[in-house]
Amino acid sequence: MKNTPTLSLHIPEPEARPGDEASFDRSALPPAGSVPRPPTDVCATTIRDLSFSLIRVLDEDFKAVGPWNPRLSPDVMRSALRYMMMTRAYDERMYRAQRQGKTSFYMKSTGEEATNIAYAFALHRDDMCFPAYRQQGLLLARGYPMLTMMNQVYSNAHDPGKGRNLPVMYSSREHSFFTISGNLGTQFPQAVGWAMASAYKGDTRIAASWIGEGTTAEGDFHQAMNFAAVYRAPVILNVVNNQWAISSFQGIAGGEASTFASRAIGYGFPGLRVDGNDFLAVYAVAEWAAERARNNHGPTLVELYTYRGEGHSTSDDPSRYRPSDEWKAWPLGDPIERLKRHLIGLDEWSDEKHAALGQEMADLVRDTQKEAEAVGTLQGGEQPSPGTMFEDVFEETPWHIRRQRQQMGV
Amino acid sequence: MATMNMIQALNSALDVMLTRDANVLVFGEDVGYFGGVFRVTEGLQKKHGLTRCFDTPIGEAGIVAVAIGMGAYGLRPVVEIQFADYIYPAYDQIVSEAARIRYRSAGEFYVPLTIRTPYGGGIFGGQTHSQSPEALFTHVAGIKTVVPSSPYDAKGLLISAIEDNDPVIFLEPKRIYNGPFNGRHDQPVIPWSKHPASEVPEGHYKIPLGKASVVREGAQVTVLAYGTMVHVALEGVAEAGVDGEVIDLRSLVPVDIDTIVASVEKTGRCVIVHEATRTSGYGAELSALVQENCFFHLEAPIERVAGWDTPYPHAHEWAYFPGPSRVAEALRRTVEV
Ligand SMILES: Cc1ncc(C[n+]2csc(CCOP(=O)(O)OP(=O)(O)O)c2C)c(N)n1
Repeated sequence: MKNTPTLSLHIPEPEARPGDEASFDRSALPPAGSVPRPPTDVCATTIRDLSFSLIRVLDEDFKAVGPWNPRLSPDVMRSALRYMMMTRAYDERMYRAQRQGKTSFYMKSTGEEATNIAYAFALHRDDMCFPAYRQQGLLLARGYPMLTMMNQVYSNAHDPGKGRNLPVMYSSREHSFFTISGNLGTQFPQAVGWAMASAYKGDTRIAASWIGEGTTAEGDFHQAMNFAAVYRAPVILNVVNNQWAISSFQGIAGGEASTFASRAIGYGFPGLRVDGNDFLAVYAVAEWAAERARNNHGPTLVELYTYRGEGHSTSDDPSRYRPSDEWKAWPLGDPIERLKRHLIGLDEWSDEKHAALGQEMADLVRDTQKEAEAVGTLQGGEQPSPGTMFEDVFEETPWHIRRQRQQMGV
Repeated sequence: MATMNMIQALNSALDVMLTRDANVLVFGEDVGYFGGVFRVTEGLQKKHGLTRCFDTPIGEAGIVAVAIGMGAYGLRPVVEIQFADYIYPAYDQIVSEAARIRYRSAGEFYVPLTIRTPYGGGIFGGQTHSQSPEALFTHVAGIKTVVPSSPYDAKGLLISAIEDNDPVIFLEPKRIYNGPFNGRHDQPVIPWSKHPASEVPEGHYKIPLGKASVVREGAQVTVLAYGTMVHVALEGVAEAGVDGEVIDLRSLVPVDIDTIVASVEKTGRCVIVHEATRTSGYGAELSALVQENCFFHLEAPIERVAGWDTPYPHAHEWAYFPGPSRVAEALRRTVEV
């Protein structure tokens, strides 16, 4: 007999399940301001340690500190706060609309607002975004009409998508926001292709894409990383590590053994890890990666370290697999609260103004919802005509689809 | 006019399109400097430059995904999947993405993508270099599927595919790259130069997608075929000694229903030939279309001659391949009813 143990299979398990005390390892969080900011043309091999650290700007007293402080004007920060609050109010309202049976499905981005809204500020308006389904804040911050978003969620006659897609699967070429897919991860390598096209044409626009940490397990993640590295594509690849993929904690996607940012090391480009609930830090990292891409230094992988504050979707009940107070234990707080406190610390904001803005957003969302519902919801009202079902399969409708439409009598 | 084999005709189509349209890009595994394992892209990188025709990592999903992103930008990518047998890693990007983006975005985004890939057997490629996966694409709403059978058609169809604003799967019958193989594997290969369809214009021309071609007129029985099987069907007609009308479909989706219906109404009989496995093959669709559209003209059951429902074998290649004798048998049975 050889002196070796029998083999045992490792199945990752989260630190806490329902009934356990929620806990996150705070000791792993470096203090705000402690991570150096390299020049954007830095050789990726010299900054590998950044993949295991955490870029933070707002400290425990909500002061902006350290080399990554983007030094945004109070106006910009107030505007960011506005869009984060708008998104949260919108999510709240649409979630309730689903519960009232007005639509089939909804997905909130609560707690993750900074991870994409900061990009609306850091990128150019015509930089192309390839989002997943939890970046609605980006669309709002780019000025897309909330009413049209609601029409999409209700699949009513004014939905520009003609009622074809599941709620939240928005698309807007005008806002450089690619049509959202329900197939996880497919948009990641597509963003790389868009960026390669932009480089091929000698354009100045770059691309950015978002997936969840769970989705990094898909083959498309590797395809995107490899093609981006090989062709040095001007693209920012974002992994929103919100700790949960439906009921699977991030360890199931491979987060136990290494960080998601560190996936970039093997491909030879920068992998930055950032406090995703710190608007200023996300902005600074997005700005860094965008400058790097725009100057032909290639892609950056960004791990946005955050927490999914609500259930995966309206079809999910997170109390069945994680402690119900886990969000409260999340050491990086709430992005809205943190930016608010920062602005108050600067004497550029107040609790009263904040409460008033909250009310304004709630009113805006309520009024817009009334408008959308006056058109229709999934339950009734004005809906897209059935004939539109046969449109846009091809540029020109071939005979067999024309015949099927005639057969249906529309 | 020049005399070209199918490889040269395809190369010429790519060359013409790279020259005419700066938005056309050609890429895939080994297609750049080397010119592709079947030489279809030979010389294109040298002539048009590194950024217009280049090598990619061995990642079919990535190749197609990147091309989709380029299409969304406004380019017109033409990618090569080295063998149709290796298109499956890209299947999700083709089916869930390329085929759906126009529909999903209600026309805001679309994908003018051409995916070229050599398919089919008869080259002793075994089960991993011989497959005919056309039905996996014809079953998907939102993509077109095209199969040429001659140099002239190959060039005209490829140019149409590249200029089309929807994704096109362009299946190249690799057994007839160099000559019109009629299934007589024990006879010497006939080069394309002996065939009239090797006369190919050097410039730009198009063959519309969705238009079949009647390659042999006949009164007794209609034979529906595409790719290599067009030549095998002609040989089968000769062996059976029947007056068969052989239709080369050229485009499977959209399919030219008018030409099919006109022929079957005339002959009252129909034999369908393809190399792909029989069950749920494209022949099943053709059979259903003929039955739905020509039932009262039919005088005999529709027959299908196809690959057996097994993986493509190596040693038993010619027992598997639906050659002219199997076609002839079906033709005799059909005309005797
Ligand atoms: C290819 C594919 N597999 C599975 C699913 C089902 N699904 C939808 S969301 C989801 C979890 C995704 O988690 P993550 O990537 O972490 O993103 P998050 O929802 O946390 O934002 C799964 C498994 C899908 N939509 N697509």
